[in-house]
Amino acid sequence: MSGHSTFEPKHPALKWFESRLPLVGLIHSSFVAYPTPRNLNYWWTFGGILSLMLVCQIVSGVVLVMHYTPHITLAFDSVEHIMRDVSYGWLIRYIHSNGASMFFIAVYIHMFRGLYYGSYKAPREVLWILGCIIYLLMMATAFMGYVLPWGQMSFWGATVITNLFSAFPVVGPTIVEWLWGGFSVDNATLNRFFSLHYLLPFMIAGVVVLHVWALHVVGQNNPTGVEPKSAKDTVPFTPYATIKDAFGMVCFLIFFAWFLFYIPNYLGHADNYIPANPLVTPAHIVPEWYYLPFYAMLRAVPDKLGGVLTMFGAIIVLFFVPWLDTSKVRSGVYRPLFKQFFWIWIVVCVGLGWLGSKPAEGGYVIAGRILTIYYFAHFLIILPLLGLFEKPKAVPASITEAVLGKNKGAAPASAGVSAPQTKG
Amino acid sequence: MSNTMSFRSSLLRPLAVAALTLGLAAPALAAEGAPHPHREEWSFAGPFGTYDRAQLQRGFQVFKEVCSSCHSAHLFAFRNLAQPGGPEFSEAQAKTVAEEYQIQDGPDDAGDMFDRPGRLSDRWPSPFPNEQAARASNGGAYPPDFSTLAKARTYEVGFPGFLIDVVTQYQEQGPDYIHALLVGYEEPPEGFALPEGAHYNKYFPGHAIKMPQPISDGQVTYTDGSPETIDQYSRDVTAFMMWVAEPHLEARKRIGFQVMIFLIVFAGLLYFTKKKVWKSVGH
Repeated sequence: MSGHSTFEPKHPALKWFESRLPLVGLIHSSFVAYPTPRNLNYWWTFGGILSLMLVCQIVSGVVLVMHYTPHITLAFDSVEHIMRDVSYGWLIRYIHSNGASMFFIAVYIHMFRGLYYGSYKAPREVLWILGCIIYLLMMATAFMGYVLPWGQMSFWGATVITNLFSAFPVVGPTIVEWLWGGFSVDNATLNRFFSLHYLLPFMIAGVVVLHVWALHVVGQNNPTGVEPKSAKDTVPFTPYATIKDAFGMVCFLIFFAWFLFYIPNYLGHADNYIPANPLVTPAHIVPEWYYLPFYAMLRAVPDKLGGVLTMFGAIIVLFFVPWLDTSKVRSGVYRPLFKQFFWIWIVVCVGLGWLGSKPAEGGYVIAGRILTIYYFAHFLIILPLLGLFEKPKAVPASITEAVLGKNKGAAPASAGVSAPQTKG
Repeated sequence: MSNTMSFRSSLLRPLAVAALTLGLAAPALAAEGAPHPHREEWSFAGPFGTYDRAQLQRGFQVFKEVCSSCHSAHLFAFRNLAQPGGPEFSEAQAKTVAEEYQIQDGPDDAGDMFDRPGRLSDRWPSPFPNEQAARASNGGAYPPDFSTLAKARTYEVGFPGFLIDVVTQYQEQGPDYIHALLVGYEEPPEGFALPEGAHYNKYFPGHAIKMPQPISDGQVTYTDGSPETIDQYSRDVTAFMMWVAEPHLEARKRIGFQVMIFLIVFAGLLYFTKKKVWKSVGH
């Protein structure tokens, strides 16, 4: 997608086609000849893993829809029908339900990688923002998907989350009724969530195309944060990145398969195997694990509207990271102070996640407040100030210099792994 | 309107409706304060777990003779009794079981509903025609349906146990809880205010359960010489309930192992291919 295709069709039929629609050339320039920094580590394979997970979710989801019935009296039993009577239905359903969690594990690693290596900085702001939009769409999609089996947690999760919108003054209650399609979470709600749950993944796919397009315009960042300066700094995407991504994907699939085949209900809630009952509230209404940090922030604020704004603000602030980080140095590798604050922030996020799973009482709420304040302080105070006060380490002149410098020191350790000669 | 109100406030209060739900639909999460169920040895646990056929057959016997007089299992079909990965009765045996029950069918050509003997394709008939009838016969409590019950019960493991469970593949919170509940009936401790019509159970959230002790020693006669004790009955019926809730568990674990072998070999091949491709490029 970067334009200059080096693809030259040989076959006359292909030549004829290429001169009318240069599709193969586009694929060739995007996924074969595309120059990739030679020093990408395995954290960079998560982009490919995410594409794989999106395809996996769409394919398994399309098959599930063939057997699912979106009606409050039938939804729960139709999911169980898939689990019991459909050939390999249990497999497809567990792929889809665990796949959602795997998708989020991958996206969080992908985002953390971007934050650590400064992948959001100029000229990659649009790329980063498109990623944030994908993340938002993923959250909406996963939320509506969790409602579809119409278990207890589906129903009560939908009730709590849709109720958040009632916090907005004046228009709040109207928005909630509009979301519900009535005066409570009911069949109309299930039907529209089903419809949107089918629609949003294709919107995600659309934004992913833009995300990849933006990536191929500005090029990939790399662990040094130094832009490729010569042909020596890059390798062609195929075979170098393709084989590395493929290896990363299969390793990720092993992790996925562990959950899928051996502990398929570990990441879900037992309550969701109880059919939805509007008259019985579960003892603890807890969202899926990937929302827990935001759930903790929601409950940390004593005011309902304040809580809702805080929760959404936690995601909105990500959109502004390219401008909140004032450092001239891109990669966290050369930023000794940033590095430490980055890891503190990771611990804070995990801590918020843990608090989100706890009841909102006593010490949990106080801890939640402290961590919520820190979460925002990281972006609004620490990141801007770090750029002004931090003394970064010397940044290498080029990727090749960084690679050769590193390998000189480590060469004898394992002969096969890092032969220091370059191919260019 | 009252619905809307209760939904609004539900955001702010984790409802203390445990008292209300008592026996109606016990919350999946055991209440804080209730002791953790003991982790039992289950034949279906672990990566190579399989159901014990004899145990499932005994468990089915307990279900049929005892539990099913109050509990439904509306997703469980007679044909399941003969399917692979279950108790694996012969088809003839499953048919005989089905024919013991009268199933309402119809309407016939005259427009009338009629009863006929059960077939393999029929689902297990519910003991009560509807929830209200079930409640009326059970002191206001609704005996939960067995179809997914073994997966619908759990207890909180806490940190760091929940991380260790990922590695050890512990997935048997439900069966452990059900077994503990069945053997957990005891005299209420001094000063415990047991509500009218409730029974004290050590493992039930809130301890006051509407279900009286459902089974006693020697109540079901086993033909295979297994001990006829409450403990054995509850192990057997719990295994049966797990199978009813997860009928394809054996296929899942078997296929899982095959997939794992494939993926690990594939990953190995990709790793060495990757190493070869990158050999001449420092990175």
